[in-house]
Amino acid sequence: MKTEYMMGNKAIALGAIAAGVNVACGYPGTPSSEIIDSIAKANKDKAIHVEWSINEKAAMEVAAGASYAGARCLVTMKMMGLNVASDALMSLAYVGVEGGVVVVSADDPGPISSQTEQDTRLFAKYCRIPVFDPSSVEEAYRMVQDAFEYSEKYKTPVLLRPTTRIDHAYASVTYDETAKPKDVPGFVKNSKRFVIFPGLSRANHAMIEKRNPEIGEEFSDYAFNRVYGGKDVKKAVVAGGTGFAYAMEYMQGREDAKLIHVATPHPLPERFLLNALEGVEEVLVVEELFPYLEEELLMLAGKHKLSYKVLGKHTGNSPLSGEDTAEGVAEEIGVFLGEFTHEEERMKSTVEQIKDKLSGEVKTPPLAPALPVRPPVLCAGCPHRASFYAVKKAMKGRKANFSGDIGCYTLGNAMPLDMVDTCLCMGAGITMAQGLHWTDPDTVNFAFIGDSTFFASGMTGIANAVYNEADLTVCILDNSTTAMTGHQPHPGTGRNMMGDVVAKISIEGILKGMGLKKVITVNPLNLEEAVEAVRECAEEKGVKAILFASPCVALFKPEQKCTVTDRCIGCKNCIREIGCPAISVKEDKITIDALSCTGCNLCAQVCPVGAIEKEVR
Amino acid sequence: MSYNILLCGVGGQGTVLASKLLAATACKTGITVHSAETIGMAQRGGPVTSHVRLGEDAYAPLIPKKKADLIIAFEPAEAVRNLGYLKKGGAVIVNSSPIKPVTESLHPAGYDGSEMTKYLEGFVKRLVVVDADDLCKDLGSAKFFNVAVLGLALGAGLLSFTKEDMLSTIETTVKEAFAEINKKAFITGLAAGEAARQANPELAVPGEAREMSKRNLTDEEEKHFLAVKEEIEEKRRKAAEGVKS
Repeated sequence: MKTEYMMGNKAIALGAIAAGVNVACGYPGTPSSEIIDSIAKANKDKAIHVEWSINEKAAMEVAAGASYAGARCLVTMKMMGLNVASDALMSLAYVGVEGGVVVVSADDPGPISSQTEQDTRLFAKYCRIPVFDPSSVEEAYRMVQDAFEYSEKYKTPVLLRPTTRIDHAYASVTYDETAKPKDVPGFVKNSKRFVIFPGLSRANHAMIEKRNPEIGEEFSDYAFNRVYGGKDVKKAVVAGGTGFAYAMEYMQGREDAKLIHVATPHPLPERFLLNALEGVEEVLVVEELFPYLEEELLMLAGKHKLSYKVLGKHTGNSPLSGEDTAEGVAEEIGVFLGEFTHEEERMKSTVEQIKDKLSGEVKTPPLAPALPVRPPVLCAGCPHRASFYAVKKAMKGRKANFSGDIGCYTLGNAMPLDMVDTCLCMGAGITMAQGLHWTDPDTVNFAFIGDSTFFASGMTGIANAVYNEADLTVCILDNSTTAMTGHQPHPGTGRNMMGDVVAKISIEGILKGMGLKKVITVNPLNLEEAVEAVRECAEEKGVKAILFASPCVALFKPEQKCTVTDRCIGCKNCIREIGCPAISVKEDKITIDALSCTGCNLCAQVCPVGAIEKEVR
Repeated sequence: MSYNILLCGVGGQGTVLASKLLAATACKTGITVHSAETIGMAQRGGPVTSHVRLGEDAYAPLIPKKKADLIIAFEPAEAVRNLGYLKKGGAVIVNSSPIKPVTESLHPAGYDGSEMTKYLEGFVKRLVVVDADDLCKDLGSAKFFNVAVLGLALGAGLLSFTKEDMLSTIETTVKEAFAEINKKAFITGLAAGEAARQANPELAVPGEAREMSKRNLTDEEEKHFLAVKEEIEEKRRKAAEGVKS
């Protein structure tokens, strides 16, 4: 055994390895991405098949196939990826698995870097499969192994749902570094079992509904479903996930109330809860996202005619949306336990301030100065900035729509570029641009999509446009990586997660193969050429594509940088036009930060007096 | 008992490495540690924070408001943004040189960082204001501030580690090619920290963070340490004389 300080995602990866995982696949998505990265790093002998699949649905299906042959499979994604994979998962839940399948779907309360605040626990209930809900990094390491055991015992896919604060938290974890992948027995054909037909679904659905309460019964003895604090008390806090960690922070060592940790929200460990709630008159539920446990407890009370009162999101005791905080949960519990009221808690800091002022302990602080807002922006030298700017410049004065997509380039919406009119979900830009086109054929439509997103779900949209004869220019922002989630390779990069050099799939070849008549590849950092390519495409009907090809600046050390010479007239055109974070005004002079400048030279190309020069570092 | 350290700054300033070094040192010395970072979308020039929690009874991944013993701010406005986390009587180390967001360049509101440090001076008694560019001028780049500021925190008596432990963590954590320069950065900070502590006797609270060990520095480290310290004291003398005359 070895102990190491590690990220939650690495702990999940090492937990899967300790469970003898044979196949690990997924699609990058914050906060889940580092799980596959970590398995690939640990897979020196290539004994595990590790892949970034083309999207989450593909990953789920690769795992289903391998599982039928008896392999243990880990599938990773963020929770919105679960929407993409749900077609496969929903059916897999009915067919069942042979080798254990653990699906990690990382939730993102807040949301911090996501489009929705959906709750994977609810998805587990919808799929009728078990879900484990870790409250710490250490627990996540153990739970992924337990999840494999349950998956194989009950022949069902199992969900593990960490949240951002588990995935991206760090802790010391002791792990088994000698673990080897399990022996895979091999696929035994059995069409009665592996071919989904209504007959199979009918029989298996009934079996699943009979089985789930049995799993709930077994979960009632599961080690992480545990009661802390006092016995024979009238008040209890029921908590799950990160909510449990926040509640524990406030309630540790207390005997006047109990804290009930529910680590397996579905199937509900009924016997455990009924025992834990015996004699309890009031329950406060602490959980992020959906009021899942709260509704389960209400249902339990109805089913067993219990008289405890349930407080939580439905009663206004805790928020229905957003991320929990330690102090927010502390206040909820403090008020619940009658230690103070919300009003008192809010008054407290004011009273403290007045006391400090009277005692002279602190000088009267001036009014807090206005804080600068820091919306995330494209990096200095990012080629996406140049691509957006080229389209903007070429379309100046024309009616044009700019449909965006998911990735770093969503940040093209920021001022002064202001080049993203819509963004919905992975791959939607291309198809939404078609919808916009059919409502107003006189407006020129552009869709922006990154290279990784193109492979994930952009190709079908292009086929749709060609087939239905839409007018559209697709701008593929090809930076040769999946930048936003931490630079994962994809089919266009020529590398895979087994460390092999593989054939690159040519985006240009795909586009031409789909019948696009015009496909222009251009370096966006050459502004004049890029603008010309955009103009050319905008003039033509049909589906056209521009491949803006330039690698992500975070991947290499810049060899050049730009500097402002004394020819600068201080017109700030560079700042107003492109909004590069390396350019700022210092002591009334335009300056370029030498540390972050990559020498992309875009600013030099927009300077009206040629005052910016590129030099070798 | 727990000791909570909040590191804050702007994406790209290296707060993550700093928190890793703190956590790794804690682990090595047998202190239970948990930490959490904001990464992802926020990385692209947005505000970033790392919550480092030392001690057995820290369960929550994030530090509760008003529970941070120490805030290490890599940028003045970020210090003010996160001031709500500071416990009553807690300590703050802040870099005074601002990072102006693009929005400030587009629509100047006059943000220059000094309004933030002035505000902090009115609020926080245990405060160290340091100019990262100035502190790192011998290191060739302000990007080494992330390691220098750890030395500063230790020198100021705000961390419970030893010099030896921290230096060996730096050695094993950062890439070999950068180990020497980062160790130099740490020593630079250490000297500045000790100077800050002499200037403000209230900065360190005995027992809050254990006194650092007296491990001898190597000759070269010692020389550098003394040189930086001398320079800072010289500057302070001059400033004091300036005030008098």
